[in-house]
Amino acid sequence: MNTELFGVIMTFLITLLIAFPLGKYIARVFKGERTITDFMNPVERFIFRVSGINPNASMDWKQFLKAMLSINMLWFVYAFFTLMFQDKLPLNPDGNPGQTPDLAFNTAISFLVNCNLQHYSGETGVTYFTQLFVLAFLQFVTAATGIAALVALFNGIKEKTTNNLGNFWNLLVKTTTRILLPICIVAAILLAFNGTPASFDGKDSIVTLQGDSVQVSRGPAAGFVAIKHLGTNGGGWFGANSAHPLENPNYFTAMLELILQTIIPIAMIFAMGFYIQRKKFAYVIFGVMTVGMLCLLIPTIATELHGNPAIAKLGASQATGAMEGKEVRFGPALSGYWSIITTIISTGSINSMHDSSMAISGLMQLLAMMINAFYGGCGVGILNYYIYIIIAVFISGLMVGRTPEFMGHKVEAREIKIASMVWLLSAILVKGGAALAAYMVAHHPDVAWAVKPSAWLNNPSYHGFSEMLYEFTSSNANNGSGFEGLGDNNIFWNVSTGIVLILARFIPIIGPIAIVGLLANKKFIPESPGTLRTDSLTFGAMTFAVIVIVNALSFFPALALGPIAEYFSLQ
Amino acid sequence: MSKRKREIKLFEPALVNTAIKQSFIKLSPRLMVKNPVMFTVEVGTFVMLAVVIWQMITHDATQGALWYNIVVFAILFVTVLFANFAEALAEARGKAQAESLRKTREETPAKMVVSPGDIYVKEIKVVPSSQLRLNDRFVCETGDVIPMDGEIIEGIATIDESAITGESAPVIREAGGDKSSVTGGTKVLSDRIVVQVTTQPGETFLDKMIALVEGASRQKTPNEIALTILLAAFTLIFIIVCVTLKPFADYANTPITIAAFISLFVCLIPTTIGGLLSAIGIAGMDRALRANVISKSGKAVETAGDVDVLLLDKTGTITIGNRKATHFYPAKNVAESEFIDLVVYSSLADDTPEGKSIVELAAKQSSPNSTVDQFRHQKLSVQAAPLTFIKFTAETRSSGVDLPNGTKIRKGAFDAIRNLSMKAGNGMPLEVEDRVKKISSDGGTPLVVSVDNEIKGVIELQDIIKPGIQERFARLRKMGVKTVMVTGDNPLTAKYIAEKAGVDDFIAEAKPEDKMNYIRKEQATGKLVAMMGDGTNDAPALAQADVGVAMNSGTQAAKEAGNMVDLDNDPTKLIEVVEIGKQLLITRGTLTTFSIANDVAKYFAIVPALFIASIPALQHLNIMGLKSPESAILSAIIFNAIIIPMLIPLALKGVAYKPIGASALLRRNLLIYGVGGVIVPFIGIKLIDMLLGLFM
Repeated sequence: MNTELFGVIMTFLITLLIAFPLGKYIARVFKGERTITDFMNPVERFIFRVSGINPNASMDWKQFLKAMLSINMLWFVYAFFTLMFQDKLPLNPDGNPGQTPDLAFNTAISFLVNCNLQHYSGETGVTYFTQLFVLAFLQFVTAATGIAALVALFNGIKEKTTNNLGNFWNLLVKTTTRILLPICIVAAILLAFNGTPASFDGKDSIVTLQGDSVQVSRGPAAGFVAIKHLGTNGGGWFGANSAHPLENPNYFTAMLELILQTIIPIAMIFAMGFYIQRKKFAYVIFGVMTVGMLCLLIPTIATELHGNPAIAKLGASQATGAMEGKEVRFGPALSGYWSIITTIISTGSINSMHDSSMAISGLMQLLAMMINAFYGGCGVGILNYYIYIIIAVFISGLMVGRTPEFMGHKVEAREIKIASMVWLLSAILVKGGAALAAYMVAHHPDVAWAVKPSAWLNNPSYHGFSEMLYEFTSSNANNGSGFEGLGDNNIFWNVSTGIVLILARFIPIIGPIAIVGLLANKKFIPESPGTLRTDSLTFGAMTFAVIVIVNALSFFPALALGPIAEYFSLQ
Repeated sequence: MSKRKREIKLFEPALVNTAIKQSFIKLSPRLMVKNPVMFTVEVGTFVMLAVVIWQMITHDATQGALWYNIVVFAILFVTVLFANFAEALAEARGKAQAESLRKTREETPAKMVVSPGDIYVKEIKVVPSSQLRLNDRFVCETGDVIPMDGEIIEGIATIDESAITGESAPVIREAGGDKSSVTGGTKVLSDRIVVQVTTQPGETFLDKMIALVEGASRQKTPNEIALTILLAAFTLIFIIVCVTLKPFADYANTPITIAAFISLFVCLIPTTIGGLLSAIGIAGMDRALRANVISKSGKAVETAGDVDVLLLDKTGTITIGNRKATHFYPAKNVAESEFIDLVVYSSLADDTPEGKSIVELAAKQSSPNSTVDQFRHQKLSVQAAPLTFIKFTAETRSSGVDLPNGTKIRKGAFDAIRNLSMKAGNGMPLEVEDRVKKISSDGGTPLVVSVDNEIKGVIELQDIIKPGIQERFARLRKMGVKTVMVTGDNPLTAKYIAEKAGVDDFIAEAKPEDKMNYIRKEQATGKLVAMMGDGTNDAPALAQADVGVAMNSGTQAAKEAGNMVDLDNDPTKLIEVVEIGKQLLITRGTLTTFSIANDVAKYFAIVPALFIASIPALQHLNIMGLKSPESAILSAIIFNAIIIPMLIPLALKGVAYKPIGASALLRRNLLIYGVGGVIVPFIGIKLIDMLLGLFM
C-alpha cells in the first residue's frame, strides 16, 4: 500500500518538476523571446504565408472570438462529413462502417470541443484515416485553441489598457509547433517502446491460452495516445481507453500518461506568472487549485484503498482495496489518482471503470467535473477559474468597501452579467440534462429509440441516477469520461450531450475573453493600500470559498440523490 | 458649537407605523418586480395561497395537511412583509430626516420685487414663497426668514443659519464674492439684502435629496445594479435546482408537496440581502444626510468610498483659521516687557487675525498694569489715544503707529524692515537675523518690529495645526487615501506644515488652476479625486473632481459644480463622506455573503426532509437532528423570515468600517459574516425546531 502511495506522490512531484520549467518556456514562447524551438520558425512562416495570415495583426476581443469560432465551425463540418463517409475513404484495413448522422454529430462535436465522449468504440467505430486526420488532428488544434484563448486572457490582464488580445492565428500555430508537437514526439516514442502499437496493419489474431482465437485491433496508436493526454482530450484509440493493455501497457506508461495530461494545465499557471509578471498571483492560484485537488484526491484514494463495505460484509478479504473495474497492473491508489486527475483536468481518459468506483470516489469525480477549474483542461481550466475570480472579486471588493476591481480595472454590471451567465449555464446544462433524462426514465420508459429509456441504466436506483448525472456533468465539463453502464449510443444521448458539449465548450471561452476584453478597455486604476490584493492568501481562500459554495449550492440536491444516498445506503 | 441633535431612534414608533402601512402598499406586484428576489417570494406566496384555497374546496390530501400549508403561506407572506418593512423603514427615516430640514422652509411670505419695466420704480409685493420662480428677486430685512435659496445681488447681512447647519453663530453674507449664497429657511439678523432666486421650486438640493431617499425616483447605482444581477443569478440557480428536483424525485419515487418545493426555493434564494438591499442604499443616503451632507445622487456617495486622493485646503481644514503669534523674540538689548509694549502698539490698529493674535499673546505674557493690560481692560481706548496709525501697503510691506512724541513703531516683513534700518544706518542685529532664519525654516512667519528704524525684535507667527488631524490623516492613509494639502504659502512653509500635519503631498503657492491641473494629473493615472471648495473659482475643479463637495456658504456656481453640498461648511467633512461611502459597500458585501452562507444549513435542513420517506439513508444528512420533515421545513422558513428584521438595525446603521488594510478587512468580514453565516443558521434552525417541538 505504501509503494502504491509512493507511486502517486512521485508521479505528482515529477509533474511539478517538469511543469515549472515548461511554464517558463511557454512564457518565453508567447513573449516572442529566443527559445530552443526557434528552428520551427520556417515552418510557421510557411504556414502563415500559405494561409495569407499576418501573424502580427492585432485583434480585439470580438475579432479574436470571430476568428476562433469560424475556424471551429469549419473543423466541425469537416469532421462531421468525414466520419459519416469514412467507409469510402482509405486507411480502413478492418472495413469499419461509416457513422450514423447522430453518432457522427456527437463524435465530431465531442472532439471539436476537446472532449472524448465516445459513444462508439475505437476498434469498430472509426478508421485509421478518421482516427489520424480527424480525431488526432482535432486533439492538437482544440488544445491549441484553448491555450490560445488563455494567452489572449493573459494579454488582456498584462497591459494597463489595451484593445489587443493578440493574434489568434499566431497563438494557435505557435502552440501547436512550439509546445504540443515537440512534447508529443518524445512521448510517442516512449510509449511505442513500451508496447503501444504504431503500425498501419489491420487486426491481428492470436490464440489464447484457452485455445480461443482472438482478434486484436492495432494501428498507429502511440502518437494518438500521446496527444490525447497532452492536449487533455482523452479520446481513446481503443474502446477501453487507457485501461486497454495496448493503450497503457504498464505502470511506467500509466505514470507517463498521467504526467502528460497534467503538465500543460499546471505549466500554464506558472506561465501566467512569468508572462504577466505577477508570479505571486500565479503561485496563489496554483496553491488554491492544488488544495482543491487534494480535497478531492485524499477521500478518493482512502475509500478505494479501504475497499467495498458490501464485500466486507460478505466476509471476503480485500487486502488490495476495491479492485472491481480496476487493472491489476495499476492498483486502486494510482487508479484513484487517475480518476481524479482525469476529472479535474477534463481529460476524460480512464484507466479504470468509474462506474465501479466507490460511492465517495464517484462523488469526488462528479465534483471535480462540476468545478472544472482545479488545473482544468488545456487553457480552459484557468478560463473557468477566471469566472470564479470575477465573482470572488466582486463580493470581496464590496466587503472591503471599494468598488470591486481586478488587475486595475473596475468590475461592473456588464462583467458580472457575463460571469453569471457562464456560471448559470453549467448549472442549467448539468441539472437540466439530468432532469430530462430522469423524466424520460420515470415517465416514458418505452419510447421507441434504439435503446429504450427503461434499458438505459445498467443499475437501478441511486447508482443509475449517478450514471445519468455523470454523463451530463462530463459533457458539460468537456471531460468525456463516462460512468459507462449507460446505453448512450442512441439519438437522445447523442443529440442532447452533443448540444451540451458545444454550449459548454464555447460559452465558457467566449465569456472570459469578453470580460477580459471589456476590462482591458477600461481606465487603469493603479494599486493603492486600499486596493484588495488578488495575489494574497486571503483572496485565494476567498476564491476557494466561492468555488465551494457556488458548486455546493448548485449541485447539492442532485449529489444527495446520487452518490451521497448510495454512500449512506452502503454503510 | 451647538449642533442640533438630529438622531432619530432606530424604531421610532411614528416611523414604524408608517413603515408598517407602507410594507402592505409595497406588496403591489408592480413595485415588487423591481426587486427580483423578493418578487419571486411573492409569487411563491400566491401559489401557496392557491394551494390552500384548492385544498379547502377539494379536501385534496396529497399536498399535506391544510394547517401546515396555511402556516407555510403565512410565513412566506410575513417574509415579504419583513423585506418591505425594511425598505419602508429606511425610507421613512430618510424622509423624516429630510422633512426636518424641509420644515424650515414651509410657506413663508416673500417680499418679491416687481419691476414693471422701469428700473426706477421698484415695487414690493408680498407673495407666498411657493410662487417664487427662477430669477425672481425678493427683499429680506432684519427678522425675515429667507423664503428660498438664492444669491445676494445687493447688500450685506448677518444671517442665522442654525436651522440648516445647527451652528448657532451668525454668519455674514454679502453680494459679490464667494459668500453670496443664502439658503431658504435661514433668518436675516441684521441689514437688508436683495436676493435672486437661483432654482426652480421643487428643484432645490434638498428637494433632490428627498426624492433620492423616496422609493419612487430612487435610481439604482451601478454597483447596486451589478449586485442585483448577481443575486438574480443566484435566484435563477435555485429555480433550476427546484425545477429539476421534480423529475429527480419522480425517478426516486418520492412525492414532494408544492409547499416543500416553495419552501426550499424561498429558503435558498438570497432573501436576506434581497430584502435589505434597497434599505441599505437608502440608509447610506440617510447617513450622509445626518452628517449634514446633501448628495445629488446615490452614486456620489458610493464613489466617495473609492476615493484615492483627497485635496484639502490648508486653512480651516488642517490648520485652525489663520496664523497666530506664538513667540516674541526681543533683540539683545531690549527688555521683554518693553518689547511686548512695542508689539502691542504696533498691532493696535491691525485687525487682521494675525494682528489680533499678537495682542492676545501679549496680553497673556504681559504683567498687570502694563500698557497691554490697560488696553485690555479698556482703561485706554484705542480711538481716544492720540495715535496715528499707519496702514499696511503692498509697497512698504509694513504697518505701525506714530506716537504723539513722534516715535515711529513699525512692524513688517523681514526685508522691508531691514531696508528701513539699513537706510537709517542702524544695521542688523545678528541674533535677530539668525532668529528670522530659524523661524522661516520651522515653517513660521517672522515679523520684525522696529522703533525709529532701529530693530527691536521678532514676532513669530505659526500655523496652528488642528488637534487630532494627524490621527485622521493616518486613518486615511490606512484606508488607502492620499491626502494633499493646498495652500498659498511658499513651498518651504508648506513643506513644514505638510510634514507636521502628516499629509502625503502639498501644492504650495496654489492658484485655482493648480488644483485643476493636479486633479487632472491624478485622474490621468486612474485615481479618483475628491475635493472641497466654496468659491466660484473652485467650480471648475469641483466639477472635474470625482467627488466635489461644495460648502453651503459657497457660491451657486460652486454648488452646481460639485456633486455634494455640505450644510455645515466643515472642511473636514470629506473624511466622513469617504467613510460613509465605504460603509455602504461593506454593508452590501457582508450581508450578501451572510445571506449566501446561510444556504448551507438550509440545505442540510430541507434536503433530508424531502427525501427521508423514500431514502431513509439520507437521515445521516440530518445533522441538526430536526424532529420531523414538517418541523424541519417550517424551522428553515421561519429562520429565513425572522433573520430579515433581525438584520434591519445592521442594514440601517451600516457595518462598522475599520481601516486595517484591505486583506485584513476581508479576513475579518469573511470570518464574521462568511463563517458566521454558515454557523448561525445551524443554531437558529435547531432552536426553532426545538420550540416547534413543543407544539407539534
